[in-house]
Amino acid sequence: MESPPIKQVATRDAYGEALAQLGAENEKVVVLDADLSGSTRTKAFSKAFPERFFNMGVAEANMAGTAAGLASSGLTVFMSSFAMFAAGKAWEQVRQTVCVPKLNVKICATHAGLTVGEDGKSHQMLEDVTLMRVLPNMTVIVPADGPETHQAIRAAAALDGPVYVRLSRAKTRVVFDDDHSFTIGKGDILRGGSDLAIVACGVAVASALEAADLLAADGIDARVINMATVKPIDGPLIEAAARECGAVLTAEEHQVAGGLGGAVAEHLARTCPVPMDMAGMHDTFGESGDADELLAKYGLDGKSLAARARELMKSRDSMKREA
Amino acid sequence: MALTPERKQEIAEVAKQIRVDSVRMVHAAACGHPGGPLGMADFMATLWAEHLNIHKGNLHDPKRDRFVLGNGHTCAGYYAALAFKGILPREELLTFRKLGSRLQGHPHRSAEMGIDMSTGSLGTGLSTAQGMALAAKLQGWNETRVYATSSDGESQEGQIWECATSAAHYGLDNLTLLVDFNNIQIDGHMRDVMDVRDLRVKYEAFGWHAVDVDGHDIDAIDAALHAARAETARPSALICHTTLGKGVSFMEDKASWHGVAPNDEEAKLALAELGA
Repeated sequence: MESPPIKQVATRDAYGEALAQLGAENEKVVVLDADLSGSTRTKAFSKAFPERFFNMGVAEANMAGTAAGLASSGLTVFMSSFAMFAAGKAWEQVRQTVCVPKLNVKICATHAGLTVGEDGKSHQMLEDVTLMRVLPNMTVIVPADGPETHQAIRAAAALDGPVYVRLSRAKTRVVFDDDHSFTIGKGDILRGGSDLAIVACGVAVASALEAADLLAADGIDARVINMATVKPIDGPLIEAAARECGAVLTAEEHQVAGGLGGAVAEHLARTCPVPMDMAGMHDTFGESGDADELLAKYGLDGKSLAARARELMKSRDSMKREA
Repeated sequence: MALTPERKQEIAEVAKQIRVDSVRMVHAAACGHPGGPLGMADFMATLWAEHLNIHKGNLHDPKRDRFVLGNGHTCAGYYAALAFKGILPREELLTFRKLGSRLQGHPHRSAEMGIDMSTGSLGTGLSTAQGMALAAKLQGWNETRVYATSSDGESQEGQIWECATSAAHYGLDNLTLLVDFNNIQIDGHMRDVMDVRDLRVKYEAFGWHAVDVDGHDIDAIDAALHAARAETARPSALICHTTLGKGVSFMEDKASWHGVAPNDEEAKLALAELGA
């Protein structure tokens, strides 16, 4: 029997739709972009509500400060650019003028991660989760797919304080139904299992599900967890996974240092240390190429994750024998 | 609209009090920045006494004026201005920079003190003021004016010129920038470190209404602030030419007084010169 076709949506497209809907419901919502409104998909909002849209030109630091000033006057500000620029170029402005005074600025950064593809390393932001996660007052969300992005944008708007939402350029597999319910700070168990846990965020969630299918064929039951909120992380869910599965593999299209891998390791080191491995970028930049080919090359496709999971289980079992 | 001699004298007294308070605060903290607040005292006094619609009774009014101290390290003078307005108890000033004080070493946004933005990292303040000016326009707060300070040293930051571009693009005539131009930065005189040259010409080229003002001439500052208010479709920049450490002879025009506190003897001499 043929499996149904896989539905694919770019999270940036879902963001653009959600933002325009939000604009219609809430006149306090204003949007800033840095000359990339076509690519970040804020254009739909700008067409519908031109008086509440400010194109700041190619000047991200100024955009972040302006967002802070607008938010300080009672507005809910969405600010978009590519992740490289929103989180990278404007980091210090986000720290000083958004996070220090804890203002209602929602940084929705698109074109994050390896799946930017052909543009290559200058545009493949692989450090943004780390940079944003270390900022006090900041919430960090990496939605897994289109439906979750819709929910995340609404949740971000409703939260009082700064939020960073990491979005992708490429169309990626839809894993949730439209009625998916997203809560900031809560992860989801997408697949039950107790042989090991795979904790993933963003486009790596689809790969994790694929890996779990491959592992199941070998008789391995992997628990798959979608950890869309990297900060504040869902501690109880990770602890339970570590306790019940005895090994945790993280997966993200991001540096493992300080990313989801780092966040999970920090939590488990304090609460329930178990053997861990982290799939993602290991202290290297990306390169040009097709998004799927890049995921495969850097160990983030389903096959690579399954192989990594088997290695992790092997090393866990040999540690057990030695003990 | 010119100031009466009596009013001018009152503003001069406010400036004197800002200077005295600033010296006392930095001395009590045993660290901080005395030179800037002394140099800025005359335009800060004119702004806070005569123009800025921020007082104890309207701190929570969204339509009140806004103030952003872009050169946040000069906040001793800002806190002194808030004390002059009765927003801060004067005795609290001496807690400046101490553990547990509301008066942080650089300003921290506070609704209860009417401090509109956290500053201290140079280059960031003007953009936030721009955001406030855009918000006022968007919400139809036609009486709301946004004032920001900056400095010649801060004008070396690229973000200032990003904002100079965008504030003109959006025609923010409700935004007024006062630049403290004393020709000195931490490492020395501008000509030796990094000369920013003619800021009036630069702001004009970016599309602003820009004027050079004697930053110690209360009448001239007042007139320039009135002219800024009358401006339509353009933001205004007042390039206030000042002397760092103004009013304390041994501090005047000395880069070493940018960020060093006076010792007991120096504080005594400074306060005597200021007539405290």
